[in-house]
Amino acid sequence: MLKLEARPEPSRAWSYGSPVLALVSTVLVGLVLFALLGKDPGRALSMFFWEPVKSGYALGELVVKATPLLLIALGLAVCYRSNVWNIGAEGQYLLGAIAASGVALMAEKDTSGWIVVPILLAGILGGMVWAGIAAWLKDRFHTNEILVSLMLVYVAIQVLGYMVYGPWKDPLGYNFPQTKTFELATRIPRLFSGSRLSIGVLFALIGVAGMWVFLFRTRAGFALQVGGLAPAAARYAGFSSRRALWVAFLISGGLAGLAGALEVAGPIGQLTPYVPAGYGFAAIIVAYVGRLHPVGMMFSALLMSMFYIGGELAQSRLGLPKSLTGVFQGLLLFSLLACDTLVNYRLVWKHKLEGR
Amino acid sequence: MLRPRLQLTGITKTYPGVIANSDISLQVMPGETHAVLGENGAGKSTLMKIIYGSVQPDAGQLFFNGAPLRVRNPKEARAAGISMVFQHFNLFDTMTVAENVWLGLSAQSLADVRANIAAKAREYGLDVDPERPVHTLSVGEMQRVEIIRALLTNPQLLILDEPTSVLTPQAVDKLFVVLKKLASEGCSILYISHKLHEIRALCNACTVLRGGKVTGVCNPQQESNASLSRLMIGSEPPQLQHAAHTPGAVRLQVRQLSLDREDQFGVDLDGVDLDVRAGEVVGIAGVSGNGQKELLYALSGEDTRAQPGSIQIDGRDVAGLHAGARRAMGLHFVPEERLGRGAVPTLSLAHNLLLTRNGAVAPGALSAGWIRVRHLVDHASALIREYKVKAAGPQALAKSLSGGNLQKFIVGREIDAKPTLFIVSQPTWGVDVGAAAQIRGEILALRDAGCAVLVVSEELEELFEISDRMHVIARGRLSPSLPMAEATVEKIGSWMSGLWESAHVEA
Repeated sequence: MLKLEARPEPSRAWSYGSPVLALVSTVLVGLVLFALLGKDPGRALSMFFWEPVKSGYALGELVVKATPLLLIALGLAVCYRSNVWNIGAEGQYLLGAIAASGVALMAEKDTSGWIVVPILLAGILGGMVWAGIAAWLKDRFHTNEILVSLMLVYVAIQVLGYMVYGPWKDPLGYNFPQTKTFELATRIPRLFSGSRLSIGVLFALIGVAGMWVFLFRTRAGFALQVGGLAPAAARYAGFSSRRALWVAFLISGGLAGLAGALEVAGPIGQLTPYVPAGYGFAAIIVAYVGRLHPVGMMFSALLMSMFYIGGELAQSRLGLPKSLTGVFQGLLLFSLLACDTLVNYRLVWKHKLEGR
Repeated sequence: MLRPRLQLTGITKTYPGVIANSDISLQVMPGETHAVLGENGAGKSTLMKIIYGSVQPDAGQLFFNGAPLRVRNPKEARAAGISMVFQHFNLFDTMTVAENVWLGLSAQSLADVRANIAAKAREYGLDVDPERPVHTLSVGEMQRVEIIRALLTNPQLLILDEPTSVLTPQAVDKLFVVLKKLASEGCSILYISHKLHEIRALCNACTVLRGGKVTGVCNPQQESNASLSRLMIGSEPPQLQHAAHTPGAVRLQVRQLSLDREDQFGVDLDGVDLDVRAGEVVGIAGVSGNGQKELLYALSGEDTRAQPGSIQIDGRDVAGLHAGARRAMGLHFVPEERLGRGAVPTLSLAHNLLLTRNGAVAPGALSAGWIRVRHLVDHASALIREYKVKAAGPQALAKSLSGGNLQKFIVGREIDAKPTLFIVSQPTWGVDVGAAAQIRGEILALRDAGCAVLVVSEELEELFEISDRMHVIARGRLSPSLPMAEATVEKIGSWMSGLWESAHVEA
């Protein structure tokens, strides 16, 4: 019979192999799913894995969607490595978007393009403030940060609703709940004409490099992670858990807020009730599939972005339900968690011995 | 000729990467008290688990009263007449003694169990009240409960795993009386230990294990400590040099330190007074769970709730300073838990240096906090060499090391920092005899170099070997200081029960 046997030490090969195996099994389950829904599985799969990469423009779109996911996931990885369970990146992302919109709405026709700088700073600050609420409540009253950060997401959605239905509603917008379209000067500079790729990609790449250095080459980053790996050892070393809490929340809040600012002042160009697209939650999966490693998260962000785009294509071209995107995301995380067993265990075939 | 009660032939058990038992044979006669002697990692525990049925051997046979026996699980072992008292107790703190025992004996009513406990307790002089909740019991009393639980199955073979590590000397004597009575009634006892003098006092047969193999079978009463230790480790431990000297200035001063417990089953510290001077080793003896943990948390700075002024280092109040700030003043501390407190299990040895050492962190305003990886790895390699740590290298994960080797690394890491005040808890717990001697030698060298050393240990022999003065901790209170000249095992033993104030009360 098949048995799981503990490995003497974790397998290095499987720590890379497990995400690949998880992806393969997600695809296999996907094939069955498409067949059951009465669609040609090959065509459906190509929506997810070929259409998003088949041309330069498609690749650009892929990166556009991957950018906010990666930025948010980078911050979340710091949290999760520090034993700080920030589940509310979506709310921090929204507050970043709202704060950035506040600045963007101040722009006039003749405003200089440098207004982008305060827009982005406002986004970072907005995200930090929202994350700071959860950090403060935990620090001061020992509340559970999972619940608080999650509930703050729904508060953030209400704040967004209030702004677009109330004070910021476009007076010339036929009563639609949205702000006016931002002035052109506020638009995040693009890298190439004809593509929607913006300098946000550069921020994300700088974020990857910076995060790698912070986590693996600085004492402050080390101290944070000890708090996550062995809280008693952090206490023994004298690394402050309060400090870890604040640093992790502020970094992830700031990055989520930056992602929000890049979205509203970039591809969206105005504040609408449709800004919350679930990036903050999808980024949790990005962070874990990428092994909480900055470079790994680059790949998982692209993968997750493929699922988003593929899901939209499958909806518009094949008439498949949009919730398929969520099913795919969930499947991937689920199979990754299952495959991770192989990092610490191996499968062995044991003959059942008589009497054992 | 008498049939052996238990006979093992060719028992072999391999785990991935380790041979725990290799072709082990063992024979226990009825009424025999048989010692299984060996260092940590010699394979004693695995062998006992095989006999008790919680581990299955890869090869080999087990005969019980002459008949082949296959034990698939502990329940079958108990049914066959084999009982075991584990080193770590399996008792629920919130339940009473009787309820705990009842859990394992579903066939009887609680009232019967109560009566049976009382009967066994009377028969063997194991004084325990069946109605008391377990969390109110001392460690010695909990062990009595475990022994009663084992005896209620009327075993023909009783296995005891390191039973004395948690007991006061007086409680050890009481335990030995019980065990001798059991043996005289024909019960065989397998007694696992690495304490040579206990084995010589109690046992009349001994099997010595080293590296998973049997290295000797003997009658311990005809052997000396030296000959037994040669069988166990292959050589005799080196003797320590303990030079006389006069201590210097007070480095650590504790005055009227009182602290409420942090967790439900902890101990309140009550008016602790303590001085540790430069160039002396002060030992703190005591049965575990009497406030050692709480005192060490307060001294190390992991607990910063102490009243201002109650803890001073070099005359400076440190009561509110966290562990890192106290370390910057020269206090280095080796905690009792190595994995998870003294070291991060999933990080490399090199990275574990960063917990308490900043040598590899770049100084200077611009590069502050930058980790120089090369420097870090070199430093870890040097420590591994100097302290003879058996590890794959500086990149080996802390959890891949055996307890003893990790202890050598952690002690090395702290001693290498040249502390002016060194606090160490259970310095040689789970460490083999050779390494233990090395660690004690390092502690004495530190003392001779003028460091103030505080050692908290449950091993009395160890404290007698290295201390200049001793205190005893009991129920969160610390005894007055006792010079080594006046310290005897009997006196320390009675102080362990908290009896230092009323000298007229007999122990």
